[in-house]
Amino acid sequence: MLRTQEYFLNFGPQHPSTHGVFQIILTLDGERIVKAEPVCGYLHRGIEKLAESRTYTQVIPYTDRMDYLAAMLQNLGYVQAVEKLMGIEVPERAEYLRIISGELSRLASHLLATGVYALDIGAFTGFLICFRERERVMDLLEELTGSRMTLSYARIGGVADDAPEGWLDKVKQLMDAMPDYIAEYNGLITGNEIFQARTKFVGQLKPETAINYSLSGPVLRASGVNYDLRKVRPYGIYDRFDFEVPLGENGDCFDRFYCRVREMQQSVRIIQQAIEQIKEVGGPVQAKVPKVLKPPKGDVYHEIESAKGIIGYYVVSDGSNKPYRVHVRRPSFINLGYLDEMLRGYLIADVVAILGSIDIVLGEVDC
Amino acid sequence: MLENLFVGVADWLRSLLGGLGTPVEINEAIVMLVKLVAILVFILLNAAWLVYMERKVAAYMQARIGPNRVGPKGLLQPFADVGKLICKEIVIPRKADIVVFLLAPVLIFVPTVMVFAVIPFGKNMAAIDMNIGVFYLLAITSLSTLFLWMGGWASNSKYSLIGSMRVVAQMVSYELPLVLGLLGVIMIVGSLRMSDIIAAQEHVWFIFTQPIAFLIYFTAAVAETNRCPFDLVEGESEIISGPYTEYAGMAFAMFFMAEYANIMVICAMATIMFLGGWHAPFGLDFIPSWIWFFLKMYALIFIVMQLRWTYPRIRVDQLMGFGWKVLVPLALANIFITGVGMKIYQAIGW
Repeated sequence: MLRTQEYFLNFGPQHPSTHGVFQIILTLDGERIVKAEPVCGYLHRGIEKLAESRTYTQVIPYTDRMDYLAAMLQNLGYVQAVEKLMGIEVPERAEYLRIISGELSRLASHLLATGVYALDIGAFTGFLICFRERERVMDLLEELTGSRMTLSYARIGGVADDAPEGWLDKVKQLMDAMPDYIAEYNGLITGNEIFQARTKFVGQLKPETAINYSLSGPVLRASGVNYDLRKVRPYGIYDRFDFEVPLGENGDCFDRFYCRVREMQQSVRIIQQAIEQIKEVGGPVQAKVPKVLKPPKGDVYHEIESAKGIIGYYVVSDGSNKPYRVHVRRPSFINLGYLDEMLRGYLIADVVAILGSIDIVLGEVDC
Repeated sequence: MLENLFVGVADWLRSLLGGLGTPVEINEAIVMLVKLVAILVFILLNAAWLVYMERKVAAYMQARIGPNRVGPKGLLQPFADVGKLICKEIVIPRKADIVVFLLAPVLIFVPTVMVFAVIPFGKNMAAIDMNIGVFYLLAITSLSTLFLWMGGWASNSKYSLIGSMRVVAQMVSYELPLVLGLLGVIMIVGSLRMSDIIAAQEHVWFIFTQPIAFLIYFTAAVAETNRCPFDLVEGESEIISGPYTEYAGMAFAMFFMAEYANIMVICAMATIMFLGGWHAPFGLDFIPSWIWFFLKMYALIFIVMQLRWTYPRIRVDQLMGFGWKVLVPLALANIFITGVGMKIYQAIGW
């Protein structure tokens, strides 16, 4: 007697398109997904615990290791949280450098997300074409900070160093060329008939669901919810720039992807404006802060818009030179919360499409 | 001289053997053997260099340089790769069906090699000019489904199993539009013999009289060889490598080479059926026929490679939908139009 049977499939942790060491235990009926059980923790390093035995400044490099694709934004969130706790005023020029390097980081992260998404769908060329520009962004970041991925550029009260001579012109050059490159990505990836057939109306996410599950970043905005911290609660000097918040309509994979592409355009706009404005701003890039940082007793929560979503830092101080507790709200981790329901009923190929469209980075998921 | 280079070599061999005083049958057998070995060597070398070509094409499309270290311009890279693969251990999964598992990569080359027997690489350059050449080719190429399935099944891995299920679904579905697409040409020629089909294209290539058939054939053929955008069988971002997942070393390389040999087959077939085979266009007869054949074939292979490095992968339900709802009806319509057109032509008396 013939009968059909559901079976399990270990999707990961060693699988080419889980973007790292992420595992999904799939219950499959043929190629259709009955249930999906995400398993994370393969990259857990205990960053939050490690932070408790480091001084406030020493925590900064650990934040790099979370979302290593947009390290500056991770630095920024932590540093601004501590500054908030201590009430430190950051010099003007440092703020601009933070914006420029932060948006460059966002650009690098989104370029990777765009390219890797093309790879997930099966277009290898899209991946490497995006990497071509990402490489240039990385070179710029390297010139600024001395490091390509783990930047550790932000310091409590400013940034590590001023931009090297001519660096801003190089950034401007790339930013001026960027719109053409983005048009190229749209021609190669976004406009492709098969790409659209694969991603449109796949993994749709209703705005209510997205809000209820506390999703953030492009995943939330693709569902049509206009919530970008840079606009809603401008931190740093984001209120000085003119940019738009790209929104999606259907909340499907395509919208999530396309939101990121359009966010790159906005990042370019922000950087261009920042370069214009920083010309008139001189002065130090580091505020006068004590050698040994001892924030007053108390706690602080500060959140910023990272490349993957809202990253929040909760820092508790007991008055000593080491934080009593650091907790991070990691957008990649929280955005995964709805994965199971999102995957049900779809095919194996869609698992890759949906997971890719959420754009997780395992360093951040597992922390 | 160049035109009859290979025929000349064969004749020279015959006369050489004739001078030895051995019986004619043995001489013919030796000539046949030499032909076979020549074709085999040609296929293997070609498959190896097609891998190189693929990597170079991909590299230039992706703003890279590609292999450039081994030999001039990296031309010897395929041999370095093959050398490495031969040296590697063939890992056999513990729960695999060992006999079937090892048989699959050996057998995968059989249909590919058999097919080359009927392909005319130039004027009078087919090993056998069979009167059912096209039918033979289609029948033999369908066999490779079985061997891919064997490999996936015997691996006893879920990813391989899903891959081999896809192989069967995809290859069986696309066989139909492939054959129906070719039918238009065969109706016009009225023969399954390759040389007849090529002879019928002396003035007008069938790509101009049967453009839809060409598109259907080419699309279905790309799907038959599991190439992007129809590379669901491998689908590396979904099911790792499909039926090949558990294979290592030379066993994997056999599948890999067979894929490239198959691309050669489908492009050679498209050349024969639609691009006038070895006929020279614009009366450029001074270039030997076999050079024309290879030029056309490699041009098509180049297109297949460009497709791969441009398009994303289609999904499995879309693949089936496209095959059965678009290609098959289109192919049937093409046959109908061709039939009506032929009758009208006959009525006019052309």
